[in-house]
Amino acid sequence: MKKEVTMDKAFLLGLYETMFRIRTFEEEVMVQFMDGNIPGFIHLASGQEAVSAGACAALQKDDYIGSTHRGHANLIAKGGRTDRMMAELFARETGYCKGRGGCLHITDMRVGSLGANGIVGAGIVVANGAALSSKILKNKRVTLSFFGDGAANQGKFHEALNLAAVWALPIVFICENNLYGEATPQSEHMKIKDIAVRAQAYGIPGACVDGQDVLSVYDEVSKAVKAAREDRGPTLIEAKTYRFHGHHIGDPETYRTKEEVDEWMEKRDPIKLFKAKLLKEFKVAGSELDPIEARILKEIKDAVAFANQSDRPDPGTLMENVYA
Amino acid sequence: MTEMKLITGKDAIRSALIEEMQRDPTVFLLGEDLEQATFGVTEGLREKFGPERVRNTPISENAIVGAAIGAALTGTRPVAEIMFADFLMDAMDPIVNTMAKARFMTAGQAKVPMVIRTPSGAGLSAAAQHSQSPEALFMHIPGIKIAVPSTPYDMKGLLKTAIRSDDPVLFFEHKMLYYEGGEVPDKDYTLPFGRADVKRQGKDVTIVAVLAMVKKALMAADMLAGDGIEVEVIDPMTLNPLDMATIISSVRKTKRLMTVEEGARTGGIGAEIAARVAEEALDYLDTPIMRLGGKDTPIPFSPVLEEVMYPTEDTIASAVKQMLG
Repeated sequence: MKKEVTMDKAFLLGLYETMFRIRTFEEEVMVQFMDGNIPGFIHLASGQEAVSAGACAALQKDDYIGSTHRGHANLIAKGGRTDRMMAELFARETGYCKGRGGCLHITDMRVGSLGANGIVGAGIVVANGAALSSKILKNKRVTLSFFGDGAANQGKFHEALNLAAVWALPIVFICENNLYGEATPQSEHMKIKDIAVRAQAYGIPGACVDGQDVLSVYDEVSKAVKAAREDRGPTLIEAKTYRFHGHHIGDPETYRTKEEVDEWMEKRDPIKLFKAKLLKEFKVAGSELDPIEARILKEIKDAVAFANQSDRPDPGTLMENVYA
Repeated sequence: MTEMKLITGKDAIRSALIEEMQRDPTVFLLGEDLEQATFGVTEGLREKFGPERVRNTPISENAIVGAAIGAALTGTRPVAEIMFADFLMDAMDPIVNTMAKARFMTAGQAKVPMVIRTPSGAGLSAAAQHSQSPEALFMHIPGIKIAVPSTPYDMKGLLKTAIRSDDPVLFFEHKMLYYEGGEVPDKDYTLPFGRADVKRQGKDVTIVAVLAMVKKALMAADMLAGDGIEVEVIDPMTLNPLDMATIISSVRKTKRLMTVEEGARTGGIGAEIAARVAEEALDYLDTPIMRLGGKDTPIPFSPVLEEVMYPTEDTIASAVKQMLG
C-alpha cells in the first residue's frame, strides 16, 4: 500500500484519536461489566478499531451507517458521544436509548447511525433503505453498511447486495471479517477465503483490505464512497480483522488458542501499528499523541462517572414509545 | 353534498395510493411485479409516477421490507407490497425484529412511517401457501399497527391514514374483496385506527367479524332477521389498536358474543377478543362465547375441500340459532 505522506496531520491524528477512543471505551466497558455495572450481553470491538475509524473517516457528517451487534466502534467512529453510550450500557435514562436498547441496539440517529442491530445480517437490508431514500430524495448521501463474516452467510446479505446492485444504490458494504462467526471459524462456515469475491456474483466491485491498517481501510472505502456518491453504485469491501475479546464478554473461546490471540494483540494491533507509522513515517512526535491519549482517558473516566450518576428509567415509563 | 362513487376494493386501494403519492412526494411504492400488478392494484402507476417512485423489486421479501424500513427511517414514506400475505413469512425478521421495535428500542429516536400492503385470504383455489389469513400472527407482536378493512370505503380511508402514520402499518387486503363494489366519497377522507364500525345494529347477538367474513356475517344477519333475530355486526377495522370499548358495550347490550374470522381458529383474532370479553364483561354473557374460524388445517387446493374450510353465511346463521337455543 502506497503511503499517503502528504496527508494532513490533523486528519491523521484524528484517526488515531478515534481508534484510541474506541479502544479505551471498550476496555473500560469490560471493566465495568466485570464490576457488575452493566447488565445483559456485551460485544466488544477491541482489535477492530481501524475498520470503523478508517471507514467512517471517508464519510461526510450527514451520511449514514448501518451497524451490528458489535456496534460500539461503528458509532464512536461516526461521532457518537461516549458518555451517552456508557450511560446506555449502564441502562440509564441518559443513555442514547434511555436504557431501552443497550449494547445490541445502541444508536444516535442524529449522527447518522441507523442503529446497531442484534440480529446478524439484519442491518444490511435496512441500510439499503437509507441508500434508497438518498436516491429518491436526491440528497447525495452515502450509506455504509457494516456487518461481519457471519452475516455474509445470511440470506439477507444476498438479497441486499443483489437489490443494491440492480438499483445502483449509493451504499458501501463493509464486511468486518474477524475470522469467526461467533464461535465458528471461517473455514467451517464458508468454503471461500475472501468474502469480497462474492461481489462478482452481484456484478459490483469487491475488494479485500487489511483491516488492521487504518489508512488502507480509509483509502479503499474512500474510493467506494466516491463511486457511490457519483451514482456508480455499491461496492463490497472486506476488511480482514480480529477481535481481541470473545464474541461476547464471558465467551469461553474454545474455538481459538490463547497463542493466536496473543499474536494478534502483539503484532497486529491496529493502534500500535498506526502509532508506529505515525512516529516513524509521518514524523509525528510522541509528545503530540500524549495529550490526545490523556484527553481520551479522562473522557472515558468522565463517561463512567456520568453513567454512574444518571438515573435508572422510571418503571412508570415502560410504555413510552409503544403505539400499538 | 359529497358525491359518492361506486368502485371496487382494488380501485379503492389504487386511488388511495394515487392520492397519497400526489399529496406527498416522499411516498413511494416498492414490491414484486408492481408494473404488471398481480391483482391489478398498482396497474399503470409506474407510467404515472415513474420508475423511481414505483419500484419493481427482485423476489426478495427481506430486501423489500428491509429497504422500506431504512427508507422510512431516513425521511420517506414507503409503501411496500408483499404479493401474497403468505410471503410475509419470508420477511419475518425485518418485520418483527426491526420494523416493530425500532421506535421503542431507540427511545423514540427512530420513526418508521411505512406500510406493508398484502393480499390475504382464500377463495381462489390457491392452496396452502397462497391463501392464508395470518393477521392474528402479528397481533402477538407489539409495535405493528394492523388494518383489516372490509369495504372499499374502509380500505381507502384506512390506507390513507396508514400512509400518513408515523408508525409502521401492516395492511391486509382480502383478495376476494378486491372485486367487491362499494360506495366511496369523491373527496379526500381518512378513517381512524382503533375505532370499530358497527356495520349493522341488533340486540340479540354481537358478531365481531373481519375482512371477507364481515359480508358473510351481514348476509347471515339478513337471513336471521327473517326469523326475528337481530344480530349486531361489528367490524374492528384495525386489530392493533383494537377497539374493545365498542365490542364490550355491544356485548353488554346483546349478552352474546360470536367471533368470525377466516384464519385458523386456534390462537386467532377471536381467541384474543373472547379472552378480553371474558376478562371485562363475563358477567354480562348469557351464553358461552362462540368462535368461528378457518379449520385448524393447512388450506386445501380442491374447491370442494376449500369450501368447507371457512364459515359461510349459512354456518354463521345456524351457529347463531344454536347459540340462542
